[in-house]
Amino acid sequence: MISSLSIGVLALQGSYDAHLQSLKKLSIVARLIHRPEHLATIDALIIPGGESTAMLELLKKTGSFWEELQQFVHKKPCLGTCAGAILLASNVENPAQDCLGSLDITVKRNAYGRQLQSSIHSGKCKYDDGSIELVFIRAPKIVRIGPAVEVLAEHDGSPIWVKQGQTMATTFHPELTLNKIVYKKWIENIKHEISNF
Amino acid sequence: MTKLYKNTDDLRLKVGLAEMLKGGVIMDVTDARQAEIAQRAGASAVMALERVPAQIRSEGGVARMAAPQKIREIMSAVSIPVMAKCRIGHFAEAQILQELGVDYIDESEVLTPADEEHHVDKHGFVVPFVCGAQNLGEALRRINEGAAMIRTKGEAGTGDVVHAVKHMRNITREIRLLTQLQDSELFSCAKDLQAPYELVRMVAKTGKLPVPNFSAGGIATPADAALVRQLGAESVFVGSGIFMKDSVTFCSEAEAESRAKAIVRATVYFEDPKILLETAAELLGTMKGMAISQLAPNDLLQHRGES
Repeated sequence: MISSLSIGVLALQGSYDAHLQSLKKLSIVARLIHRPEHLATIDALIIPGGESTAMLELLKKTGSFWEELQQFVHKKPCLGTCAGAILLASNVENPAQDCLGSLDITVKRNAYGRQLQSSIHSGKCKYDDGSIELVFIRAPKIVRIGPAVEVLAEHDGSPIWVKQGQTMATTFHPELTLNKIVYKKWIENIKHEISNF
Repeated sequence: MTKLYKNTDDLRLKVGLAEMLKGGVIMDVTDARQAEIAQRAGASAVMALERVPAQIRSEGGVARMAAPQKIREIMSAVSIPVMAKCRIGHFAEAQILQELGVDYIDESEVLTPADEEHHVDKHGFVVPFVCGAQNLGEALRRINEGAAMIRTKGEAGTGDVVHAVKHMRNITREIRLLTQLQDSELFSCAKDLQAPYELVRMVAKTGKLPVPNFSAGGIATPADAALVRQLGAESVFVGSGIFMKDSVTFCSEAEAESRAKAIVRATVYFEDPKILLETAAELLGTMKGMAISQLAPNDLLQHRGES
C-alpha cells in the first residue's frame, strides 16, 4: 500500500523543497502540487511551512483551489507543518484568518515571537524511544485541542504534534531535521486507517 | 549585546527561515501602509526601508540603515517576516537591527558602504543575513562570512532586469562547470574563484549553493520575475518596481497592489505561460525605469563590496 501511495506537497510558497528532499531520503518520490486539478492525482498531501497569509492569497486567487483543497483535506490524509498546521486548523488567532478546518484545534500564529526566538530543542514523543528533534522557526502554538484530537508530542506544556483521524500537524519543522519519525508515523497511520476502512 | 553563536544549529535556523521564503516574493516597503498592501498581495516577507532604491539613486546622499521607529512601525503592521538593510561592513548598524528584532538583515550594496575591505562577520549574529553576489566566487565569500541566503546583485532601483539575469546566469553556469571538474582540479579552481576550498568542494559535489539562491535587482514586472525564476532563482526580491511610478514618485495604491499581486502569481506560476499572460494583462502600469547601459560605470551599485 505504501509503495502505491501517491504523496503530494503543496508548492505555492515555503519549505516544499525541504519536504521533497526529506521524502526522497525515505525513498518516496512526491509530486509538487501547484494547481487545483493536481489534487485529483494524489492520495495524501503535505502542506509545508512558509507564510500562511501568502499561501491563503494564492489558494483563493487560483480558480477553485481553496474549495477543492477544503474538500480534499476533509477526505484524504494530510500533514501540515508550521504554516501547514495553521491552514489545517479550525480556528486561527493573532490575527484571525481563514483556515481549512480539518483539525479541531486553535492555533496562535508567531506565538513565540520573531526569528530571534526561533530555536532547536530535543523533545519527546510517544513513539519508539521517544526522542525527537524539534526545529521551531517563528513557530505557532496550538492553544486549544478538540476532544477528537490526540497529542503525539508536547513541548513546554503545549501540544506540538497532533493527530485527528487521517490528519496530522506539527508546529515544528520535521522537514528540517534528519529524524524522519513524523513522516514514518504519518505514513503508518495512513496505512492503518486505510486497512481499517 | 550580540550573542556569539557559532554552532551548526544556529546556521540551520538561519537557512531554515530562508527555506520558508522559497517560491515567494520579498517586497521593499517604506511605511506600514505599503507593508499591508504587500502582505495582502501575498508577499512572503517585506524589506523595511527609509527610501526605495530608485529614490536613493535619484536623491543621492549617504544611504544608511532605516530609522528604528520606521522599521518598528512596519514590524507591528504585518505578521510576515520583516527584513532590513545595513551598510556593507557596518556591524554596529547590524547590532542595532538585531536588537530591534528584525527577522533578516540584508547587508546591502544599495546603501553606502561603511567598510571598503571587510563585510560584517555574520557568524557573530543570531539574526540571519542575506548578501548580494554577481558570481559564484562572491556568493561563496559571503557564505563563508556567515550569509544564510544569497541574492543576485542586479542594479537596484533601475527597473532594468539585465544584470539580475547576468548574475543568475553567472552563478548557475559556474556551478554547472564545477560539477564537471575532477577533485584534483578544485584546488586551483578555488584560487580562481577566490573562495574557500571547502565550500567550492561542497558546491562541486551537490551542484548547488549550500544556502538558498534568490534573485534581486531591477525586477519590475511579473515577466521579469518569471524570467529569473526560470533561470534558477528560488525566490525574488522586488524593490522599486512595485510602489514607484518613476524614480521619484510613488504610483497609486491600486496600481501598486495590482503589480504586487501579479508578481506574486508570476513567481509561483513561472513555468505556466497561460497564467503569466493573465498576470501581465492585469497590470495597471509598470515602473518607468532607466536602462543600465545608459548609466556611468561609477553609478553602478553592484561593484560595491565585491571582494
